[in-house]
Amino acid sequence: MTMLKETRIVLRNMGKIDPVSATDYRAQGGYAGLQKALKMTPGEVIAEISASGLRGRGGAGFPTGKKLDISSKVEADQKYIICNADEGEPGTNKDRIILSSDPNTVFEGMAINAYAIGASRGFIYLRYEYPSLFPLIEAALQNARNEGFLGENIFGSGFSFDIELVSGGGAYVCGEETALISSIEGGRGEPRSKPPYPGAQGLYGKPTVVNNVETLANIPVILDKGGEYFSKIGEPGCTGTKLFTLCGKITERGVFEYPMGTNLMDIFETHGGVKDGRDLKGVMIGGQSGYLINNTQMDLKMDIDSCRRKDATLGTGTIMVIDDYYNLLEIVENIMTFFIHESCGKCTPCREGNVRMHEIIHNINVGKGKMEDLELLEELAETMKLTALCALGQNSFYPVITSLKNFRYDYVRAIERGQR
Amino acid sequence: MVNITINGIGLQVEEGTTILQAAESLGISIPTLCHHPDQEVKASCRICVVEAKGFNTLVPSCQYPVFEGMEIQTHSPKVRNARMHLLELILSRHVQDCLHCARNGSCELQEVSRQLHFDKTPRYPYVERSNIIDDTTGSIVRTESKCISCGRCLYVCTNVQSVNAISKIDRSFNVKFGSPYNSTLAEGPCVNCGQCVQACPTGALTIKDSTDKVWSQIGGKKLIAAQVAPSVRINLAEALGEEPGTVSSGRLVTAMKRIGFDLVFDTNFTADLTILEEGTELLGRLSGGGALPMITSCSPGWIKFCETYYPDMLDNLSTCKSPQGMFGALIKTYYADSIGKKPEDILSVSVMPCTAKKFEAARPELSADGIADVDVVLTVQELANMIEASGIDFKSLPETEYDAPFGLGSGAGTIFGVTGGVMEAALRTVYEVVTGDTLDNIEFEAVRGFEGIKEATIPVGDLNVKIAVAHGLGNARKLMDKVRSGEADYHFIEIMACPGGCIGGGGNPIKTWKKMKPRLEAVYRHDRELPLRKSHENPAVTEIYAQFLGEPNGHKSHELLHTHYVDRSEVLK
Amino acid sequence: MSKKQDFVLTAETQAQISAEAKKYKEAPWQLMRILLRIQKICENSFPRDVAVVVSQETGIDVATLYSYTSFYAMISDVPRGKYIVRMCESAPCHITGARDVMDAIEYTLKIKAGETTPDGLFTLEYCQCLGMCEKSPAIMINDQVYSDLTPGKASGLIEEYIRGDIA
Repeated sequence: MTMLKETRIVLRNMGKIDPVSATDYRAQGGYAGLQKALKMTPGEVIAEISASGLRGRGGAGFPTGKKLDISSKVEADQKYIICNADEGEPGTNKDRIILSSDPNTVFEGMAINAYAIGASRGFIYLRYEYPSLFPLIEAALQNARNEGFLGENIFGSGFSFDIELVSGGGAYVCGEETALISSIEGGRGEPRSKPPYPGAQGLYGKPTVVNNVETLANIPVILDKGGEYFSKIGEPGCTGTKLFTLCGKITERGVFEYPMGTNLMDIFETHGGVKDGRDLKGVMIGGQSGYLINNTQMDLKMDIDSCRRKDATLGTGTIMVIDDYYNLLEIVENIMTFFIHESCGKCTPCREGNVRMHEIIHNINVGKGKMEDLELLEELAETMKLTALCALGQNSFYPVITSLKNFRYDYVRAIERGQR
Repeated sequence: MVNITINGIGLQVEEGTTILQAAESLGISIPTLCHHPDQEVKASCRICVVEAKGFNTLVPSCQYPVFEGMEIQTHSPKVRNARMHLLELILSRHVQDCLHCARNGSCELQEVSRQLHFDKTPRYPYVERSNIIDDTTGSIVRTESKCISCGRCLYVCTNVQSVNAISKIDRSFNVKFGSPYNSTLAEGPCVNCGQCVQACPTGALTIKDSTDKVWSQIGGKKLIAAQVAPSVRINLAEALGEEPGTVSSGRLVTAMKRIGFDLVFDTNFTADLTILEEGTELLGRLSGGGALPMITSCSPGWIKFCETYYPDMLDNLSTCKSPQGMFGALIKTYYADSIGKKPEDILSVSVMPCTAKKFEAARPELSADGIADVDVVLTVQELANMIEASGIDFKSLPETEYDAPFGLGSGAGTIFGVTGGVMEAALRTVYEVVTGDTLDNIEFEAVRGFEGIKEATIPVGDLNVKIAVAHGLGNARKLMDKVRSGEADYHFIEIMACPGGCIGGGGNPIKTWKKMKPRLEAVYRHDRELPLRKSHENPAVTEIYAQFLGEPNGHKSHELLHTHYVDRSEVLK
Repeated sequence: MSKKQDFVLTAETQAQISAEAKKYKEAPWQLMRILLRIQKICENSFPRDVAVVVSQETGIDVATLYSYTSFYAMISDVPRGKYIVRMCESAPCHITGARDVMDAIEYTLKIKAGETTPDGLFTLEYCQCLGMCEKSPAIMINDQVYSDLTPGKASGLIEEYIRGDIA
């Protein structure tokens, strides 16, 4: 077991600066990345980001350089950069930490991305449930403008870019990029079919790049220190660091930044193992539509590809520790309740499937289950995976499926108990 | 062009074609529910999903455009299992009272179930969507337990008709389509046009059935006198299984007589009458006696829309009642007197393509001394139901003439059923009356066809009459906004609430634009076949003026054949 | 428990609402923030009467406005208390004692989730993840988030609100 030390790239300024102050940020080396970028061509900026190997931190893991490249090549009279700050995944609050401690790193990331694709306007879509961040970010934006880091002719380069803060209304599904775009346009947060992809036809029909807060927070460092520097951190194919949200029944909770590929067991033990000396039952990793793994599966490298290879998921970096106090089925029921609330209701499989899964699990939990129910759960999950319109419905059942696989005995015991 | 394979069969299609369209061209029918050929793609029901090589999820065929080299399987085991499961989920939220549902036999959900040969009992317990049944409009019945969340009603009400009576409410499992803020349809801006009924794939939105009011009177003491609208003879045969656009003028009279109607009159007659009245009114306004542009008033959905959204422009509406309204008035006064009956001893029935006509017939302005001019409105679908329920084989019926003295109508009356028809009928008469000349060509191409807004300038004697024709309330709104802002200087406007005109009305067999084409062709074909084609040449019309009304816009006409309107903009507040 | 009276529009509130709604035309992407500010003027609700005023200023018809507002969890068409107490019921809060905290809050307010106190001051609701997972359990009272709660801390906090010690 290794006692880990954080590698702070995203959180490099946390605790060292007044988050609202652009001058504090500048004094720590902030906006140097932007300054360098503006002396390069947009193509060179994209090449640097691609060289870094940075992949999206919102859960999908799409290569950021590629995303920018696609939009940069579309001809349009207006393009947009959107920061997805609709962090709604239970077990994840890393973006709140970033935005409350160092919003300028996000502004700078957006400005660099905007320069790369040829956008002059950006939006930060902030979830309503972070009310204290609204005045904070507005103040930080104004200070950045006052210092000339946002607005017209930044660093005298001729490049102009400004950011507006818009609000969510309490809908997790708006974390999906097309639903987010729909929400900004004044519509219900319902995801849209692709194609067309937002990179070509997004907000108001224009090319739009949507990035997660954590992704954006890395961009200034990549431009300042170079893509190659960044690519040496973490794992090949999944470079850089990851912010992990440690929650649940772990002794030391919080948000911690470790290189991609750090071992889950090391993280778990560095932060004190199970709280109050109880036994470890399992961990929910990835996020709400993440995976439930049991205590024999903790030897896991936490990066996108290593997780996939072991039938796990990195997701948004959630590590929720479950001790032996809770009935696992109750936790799974609770997770499905979340998805019932948050489904947008547009497509059949998600609208109906989440409720039906919850219904079946509830029945098993209260002793009314049958063995055929387990088959039905698998079948329903398969249908949802294959036919749901967006990532919500395509993934919401993973806690059920993974718990069926990794905690099958809990289900069987509940069914047998009910049948006695 | 791109080369693709579907189920192993190679074909070449234009770029941008959806998988659904490509499959259709090969004769492969992929089941759909939320898809409608005349609406934007929703891709929400997911029934139409197919397998495509290289994709890890199934792909909605109604939405996904094919690309070069795409390999598609439309009915693989994976696809069929997914479809069945989705259907199972839908059916677990859908009340299954097919045997006593108005859409039994024409329901798209039934059709999909049948096509998939879905023969399992759903493994999920039935959970009712809601027990709300809203029939407050008197024209439409909304049964929420039968909704499948396809969104087609919302689309037509908002994007096509711009009425905005329907809202998509809440989210997730509880998502509903209905009137906002727990109101009823009647409390909102619904204009009863019934386009939502036309769009709905199931029995969630149906026509309010009035057949009982007729059945209960058959063989009874009252004289049952019916009037039949122009569009009915165009669409009735289609409702009974024949090809769209099969005219059945004579057969429908026979059928109605056999059901037990005592008299079957032709609303084409009062359509002609309307032209005389409205034409005279127009000439009056043109020579400086009233608001211009004058706008037609025979479409009750349009009238209600105007009363709701443009109450400041009610003076522009023609004061003429609709042909239905005029007929009702004549039956209860002139006709009743002529046969020595009291108005309450006659059951005045109309057969209409229109759901809003039920609302119109209930308007207090269309009644006298508490007795309605038109007691019952039956839509084409309801008459078709009555014909079937009477065991009548419509196809093999002989033809019967409409009854005198109201059985004679011209081609100008017939074309009232289609967008541009009222305008053309009016022009045929106004031109000849004003100039004294006979028209070389009475077919005004400029006002024909399905373009949303048609404009023309027609020289009539010294005056160049500027006209416009709009169909579908979305187009009506565009036109009215132009008039209200002073941008337009038309003299005469025809507006029909339903896309395509009355042949596309809410009471007809369910339509798509594809079916509208043969319906439209049938209207103009029937016009050409009729001996009389101009309203002012109709001897029955001349007769009634001579015998009873006096002259167009005269005192008697104003009393019986004209009406006034009401400000309904309160519903927006 | 009891249901609040429907919010009644006065000339003054109507003027405030119109002034907010006017901002829409220049910045339509701010619709959510505009509606949320209006909701605060209207006893934490967005009923039909208010929608009509907003419709007149923005040009968005009432049915479409309702489609929008009924979708988002933070907007309600029924009046709620001056203080909306929202208890997070998502997994990280759930497994660190949210149920016990909720019991304490229900006991202190003497209402159950979904209800409003008879004096109209507090509405109690469940909500989904507040993003305070590392400091769970957490609740949100209007725009204030409180975390690291225990049943004792929670009931103490509510009592402060009841006494009016917190604005």
